Amino acid sequence: MKKALLVLFAFLLAAPAFAQGKLNVIATTEDLAAIAREVGGDRISIDSIAKGYQDPHFVEAKPSFILKLQKADVLIAVGRELEIGWLPPLIQQSRNAKIQPGAEGYLDASLQAQILEVPTGQITRAMGDVHPLGNPHYWMDPENGKLIAKEIADKLSQLRPNDRAYFTQRQADFTSRLDTAEKGWLAKMAPYKGTKMVTYHRSFPNFAERFGLDIMGYVEPRPGIPPTPQHTLDLINEMKRQNVKLVLVEPYFDLKTPNAIGRDTGAQVLVVPPSVGGVKEITDYFKLFDYDINLIVEAIKKSGAGK
Amino acid sequence: MRPSGLRASVVTLCVMLGSSSAFAQDSAQTVQQQIDQLRQELQQIQQRLSELEAKASATAPAPSPQSPSAAPAAPAAQPAAPVPPGAEGAGGPSGALPLYGAAGGAVSGSKVFNPDMAVIGDFLGAAGKNDMQPDPFSRAGDHPMPLAMHESEASFQAVVDPYARADFFISFGEEGVDLEEGYLTFTSLPGGLLAKVGKMRAAFGKVNSLHNHVLPWADRPLVFYNLVGGEDGIDDAGFSVARLIPNPWLFLEATGQVFRGDSGGEGSPLFQTTRRSELSYVGHLRAYQDINDDTNIDLGYSYSRGHNGLFASNTLINDGSLVTQLHGIDATVRWRPLQRSIYHSFIGRTEWIWSRRDQPTGLQSGSGGYVSADYQVGRRWFTGVRYDRSNRPDNASLLDTGGSFIVTYWPSEFSQVRGQYRRTNYADGPSANELLFQFQFSIGAHGAHPF
Repeated sequence: MKKALLVLFAFLLAAPAFAQGKLNVIATTEDLAAIAREVGGDRISIDSIAKGYQDPHFVEAKPSFILKLQKADVLIAVGRELEIGWLPPLIQQSRNAKIQPGAEGYLDASLQAQILEVPTGQITRAMGDVHPLGNPHYWMDPENGKLIAKEIADKLSQLRPNDRAYFTQRQADFTSRLDTAEKGWLAKMAPYKGTKMVTYHRSFPNFAERFGLDIMGYVEPRPGIPPTPQHTLDLINEMKRQNVKLVLVEPYFDLKTPNAIGRDTGAQVLVVPPSVGGVKEITDYFKLFDYDINLIVEAIKKSGAGK
Repeated sequence: MRPSGLRASVVTLCVMLGSSSAFAQDSAQTVQQQIDQLRQELQQIQQRLSELEAKASATAPAPSPQSPSAAPAAPAAQPAAPVPPGAEGAGGPSGALPLYGAAGGAVSGSKVFNPDMAVIGDFLGAAGKNDMQPDPFSRAGDHPMPLAMHESEASFQAVVDPYARADFFISFGEEGVDLEEGYLTFTSLPGGLLAKVGKMRAAFGKVNSLHNHVLPWADRPLVFYNLVGGEDGIDDAGFSVARLIPNPWLFLEATGQVFRGDSGGEGSPLFQTTRRSELSYVGHLRAYQDINDDTNIDLGYSYSRGHNGLFASNTLINDGSLVTQLHGIDATVRWRPLQRSIYHSFIGRTEWIWSRRDQPTGLQSGSGGYVSADYQVGRRWFTGVRYDRSNRPDNASLLDTGGSFIVTYWPSEFSQVRGQYRRTNYADGPSANELLFQFQFSIGAHGAHPF
């Protein structure tokens, strides 16, 4: 009888932890979802809002996203005003107190990351759709990937203290695997350090800094402003002067102007996804760098841009 | 330094001191002459300073009785910034500009709780002839208004506390200021509820809830001028509660709203209260479904009821004014290919509204609606077409029809230029052919993209 009571008591103690179930995590982008999946494992369910092949600045605030957010325990946002045009109304209409900014379930993944291009001095819209808090494409550096994972592990542990060891172990494992992979990526890019290139939008500053690329210009005259003939002409002249042979374009931009620049300068135009899900082969955070680095290295070899 | 080196240095120093002393004795007379000359110059400067002080005290105003006898403490040094290039002169500032809020090191530390602020300007113009509606954007007044700074909308938005946020939209027109919306939203209510209190645009259909600057046209559809209170529409003070209805198939939201009962602008009356109990009500049911990642459909049914301020002619006792009821349906189809979402999109919209208006002469049952299609042809270019049709609220036998072609150009996300050809066939007057044009621009905080 005593034994049966002890078993029952132990079961009752264990029941609340068991009843907690999986944490429902929603990330605003597939990149954050991929990192959260690495850390959360089977203790979380994870979904994302923006697709990897769409422009994360211009996501539509669809009511179907409200339904996702309504059930979320955690919302992970890129921050730095990347989602300013669409996330605030979704959060507001979610009827979910847990994920309101400042609440326990809201996580801005940028807080520990190395942020580049933080404007100093006076900024105005004459500079284009400039992000006052710095460039939000910071996940394109594996070092920042580790910091994002740490933040996610801390947040998940805060909400599920019983699973802290599990999340910490998975985060350590992710960091270790990323360390190994990063060494390989750096070795692969090392011969091409200092290669000059042009990108369409300012999506790759962290990537360029980590892997030693030199972005000398942009197809957009200013962030968010479509290419103008004069700017394109100036860019072509500068590319010819500096012998730049690569133009990187995000999958959601039109190729008409980059192709014209390529024809005029002899540069190769590469569609380089800056996000997980940008193409169907990129199914996780490691494959994002595998894919992009392979693409860039092959293009440099082919064009001789690294010489 | 080694000892031998130290010794040599001491010897050198002694030699130098000795030689300088000898030199001083030789030139003592010269130095005395220089001192005398300096003393003379100092006396001259002191004399000039005394003269200037006397002159300044003669021209200074006498201190007022209220002035404190003691001199005020000098203010703390204010951080300063240079005047931007080109701003100096011609009435502009000069010298260093103060940096408010920068004191103490934390830049804008006192401003972090300020609301997000923005101003949206809406400049409208019209060419062509319209005898029936001289003001092309309002039924009120007979002033032609070919050019107008139609609206300057200032918005202030912020989180109030962990439970609510506040949104204010103040509309500055050429003739006055109006609170277009100002409400508190409770974001953390239990039961999946979203409640608002304040003045707000009612959730009646689609267009009524939209501000001017997010419309794909320079004007509003004819049916809104005729049956739903003109440009202001149903915009009133009250309460709103919306709830998501759980189901496994689609997004379903029910909204119930209670208002004071005053809606509609001059020339487009709708609800007018004559007693406290004459509240108006709005109910809205919205169903939304993604057909695929690129395409979705949005359907709605709306109902509104309020008093219209008219009284039955055979009533001797004021037992309330007569009632207007509106029923509406709306449908929106959106297509936006995700990978090219900034270049191409299509939105097809339609709304149909039925009005049942009690008047002293009897019940008037009219209806009206519009069908529109907007296509984005490039990153900066949009085109659209709209068909309008509506009865008059007070005489349902009169039917106005119309149509528009619209071209919009977006220089950037923060400004747009629009041209619209509009033809209106009035039931009781000559048809009007007009060319409307609009410049819209936004400054300040980045607002949400319309959906």
